[in-house]
Amino acid sequence: MDLRDSPDERQFRAELRDWLATVLPTLPPKPHVTDWPGRREYDTAWQVQLYEAGYAGINWPKEYGGRGATPTEHLIFLEESERAGAPYVGVNFVGLLHAGPTLIAEASPQVQEAHLAAILRGDEVWCQGFSEPGAGSDLASLRTRAVRDGDDYVVSGQKIWTSHAEVADFCELLVRTDSDAPKHRGISWLILPIDSPGVEVRPLRTIYGSAEFSEVFLDEVRVPVANRVGAENDGWRVAMVTFSFERGTAFVSELLQSIELLESLVGIARSTGNGAHPWDDLGIRRELGHLAADLDALWSLTKRNVSQASRTGVPGVGGSVFKLHYSEVRHRLGDLALRILDRAGLSFDDLAGPGSGEQVHGWVHAMSISIAAGTSQIQRNILGERVLGLPRER
Amino acid sequence: MDFELSDDQEALQGAVRRLCAGVYPMDTVRSLEAQGGVERALWRRLADAGVFALRLPAAAGGVGLGSCEAVLVFEELGRALVPGPLLWTHLGAGVVDGAGSGDQVVGGVERRAQDRPLPLVVEHLAALDRLLVLDDTGVWEVDPTAVKGELVPHPLDPLTPLHTVDQLPPGTQLAGADTAASWRLDGTALAAALLLGLAEAVTDMAVAYAKERQQFERPIGSFQAVKHILADMLVRTEVARAAVYSAGVHLDDPGVGDVRRAVSTAKLMAGEAALVNGKACIQVHGGMGFTWEVDAHLYLKRARVLDTVFGSAQSQAEVMAALI
Ligand SMILES: Cc1cc2nc3c(=O)[nH]c(=O)nc-3n(C[C@H](O)[C@H](O)[C@H](O)COP(=O)(O)OP(=O)(O)OC[C@H]3O[C@@H](n4cnc5c(N)ncnc54)[C@H](O)[C@@H]3O)c2cc1C
Repeated sequence: MDLRDSPDERQFRAELRDWLATVLPTLPPKPHVTDWPGRREYDTAWQVQLYEAGYAGINWPKEYGGRGATPTEHLIFLEESERAGAPYVGVNFVGLLHAGPTLIAEASPQVQEAHLAAILRGDEVWCQGFSEPGAGSDLASLRTRAVRDGDDYVVSGQKIWTSHAEVADFCELLVRTDSDAPKHRGISWLILPIDSPGVEVRPLRTIYGSAEFSEVFLDEVRVPVANRVGAENDGWRVAMVTFSFERGTAFVSELLQSIELLESLVGIARSTGNGAHPWDDLGIRRELGHLAADLDALWSLTKRNVSQASRTGVPGVGGSVFKLHYSEVRHRLGDLALRILDRAGLSFDDLAGPGSGEQVHGWVHAMSISIAAGTSQIQRNILGERVLGLPRER
Repeated sequence: MDFELSDDQEALQGAVRRLCAGVYPMDTVRSLEAQGGVERALWRRLADAGVFALRLPAAAGGVGLGSCEAVLVFEELGRALVPGPLLWTHLGAGVVDGAGSGDQVVGGVERRAQDRPLPLVVEHLAALDRLLVLDDTGVWEVDPTAVKGELVPHPLDPLTPLHTVDQLPPGTQLAGADTAASWRLDGTALAAALLLGLAEAVTDMAVAYAKERQQFERPIGSFQAVKHILADMLVRTEVARAAVYSAGVHLDDPGVGDVRRAVSTAKLMAGEAALVNGKACIQVHGGMGFTWEVDAHLYLKRARVLDTVFGSAQSQAEVMAALI
């Protein structure tokens, strides 16, 4: 067990720090979270800067335009970027963290050529069209159909909760190509250009009040068979590959942001209140201290997960363990923030001084963490059945 | 960075696990209740395996390993529910002759400036050759036979006998404030390691029972209401493991971060894991879980004992608050 950077890692960290220090002060202000076209422009411009400096696709193999760095260097990249206040991966999340790695593992050379470099350069923004109105937790029961017609599939159906679909160029789409097969066996993984005729994206208004995700309606959309990744009807396995990339380091930036959120809350607890500050309350102080321990422990768990991935080449079960505890911690942090803010917590605006609106936003955000990418209940089923070896319910 | 166990560390972990299974099987552990938890011959087997002299330099007759290794060893001792003043004998090995070799059984109490007034509750007093007192000014030695203690008739943990003591005789100073401060860190981390072992043991026990016990014509582990309890036990254990191992690394290599913070985090997360998992284990066992025969209560009671040494979860939370 060794938590020190190796000499290579130390050098990588130092170079990255220098680069961030020179480039970050030159960035324009970030558009408001309700302005997704503005965000797309901002996030992809940052991706271009990363690409030009050789920091795009840190953990992608060199042959696909990545840096070929180790999982630990990827962790360092995420850590340093977050600590320096660099832009978050934003709308490039699916392309860089899901679709790209899936194409690297499963796609034909032509498909790889068509997309991988474009994702790294920020030319292509991707979204994930997995969930459907009738298939959320039970994803494999999805019904969107793709019928072969010559060199095309003709796709009809509906996707939902598709994050950033309104600003995306491509969608990783799960479709049913065999309705007679058992539900996990008749699925295929397709690349859908969002501007194809017959695609309609209707933004949904979220709990924040802004549009973050959309419904995607598909009416006889023609998708070339060449856009399929993996064999026909083998899409469930490909989707599992996609999911394995979702875990691992996907939450590193979030976690570091949470640590900052907690520190900011401590500042509020020390300065706000009528007469006595919330910080003077022993119970509140202990809860804040407890949360600090939880977040520190999760940071250690992240390092263990990354170390495990370095040794074995695959992210282990640490992802589900992390996500379950992280979700719970974020709920507790948000609830405590609202207790500390009292009536100043009734707005996304900074009623109790700088950072108070952000706490309220964090409280709302916590509710998506325990739902998106598999609910806490589903994560518990995964751990119970795949790790502890407990029998399935039916 | 490589936060996985090295081959040597894995070998050590396996060796201690086998040692405990051989020397301290559950029947033996339970039988020690009659002897106040300490049996000299078994104690010496632990010493022979290097448990107490683990971190002493080879020149001083020790094994010369670090805190990472100590954490792994104490995790296994916790998992096997080995009773006795393990922490104090290990801490005392550097200053008390015969502690490392198992000839002397060393106990201890910790006194903090902010403690409420006496009586002190002292563990294992009748079994001790030496008694150490740790306070903010240093480490003191007191003759245990000179201590007027009242045996507590019904200790919560049957394997941790207790005495109440109104007044400790004045002792001789063995070490100064610096040693006391570093013992506090070590003691906190190793108590956390014992708690981690307890948290794991009850998880394994509950999972095994859930696969075997049938109700409604199927194993209870197939019911989500039970499965989710078990998954949460696993999560608490794994989060605690990351924190406890991290504390071990910080003690060996303070340059990687704030040691106090790492150690407090470990104690808090492991204490919570052991206590909450201990209760969950009883729940999963149903009526059986409430019997003396099933081991679950012994683990939960030990977790309670260990939560009170080197700073409870609550006091660790306060330490963390002061460090944010
Ligand atoms: C912010 C956000 C962004 C998202 N982005 C995307 C995206 O980009 N692309 C995409 O494809 N999807 C996306 N999703 C969808 C997300 O993956 C699903 O919402 C999630 O998997 C849950 O499915 P559901 O909403 O249909 O809920 P349901 O499956 O209907 O679940 C409802 C409730 O029932 C519980 N439940 C369901 N089945 C079980 C079971 N077997 N055991 C116990 N409890 C159960 C759930 O835990 C939940 O509490 C996003 C969701 C959110 C909130």
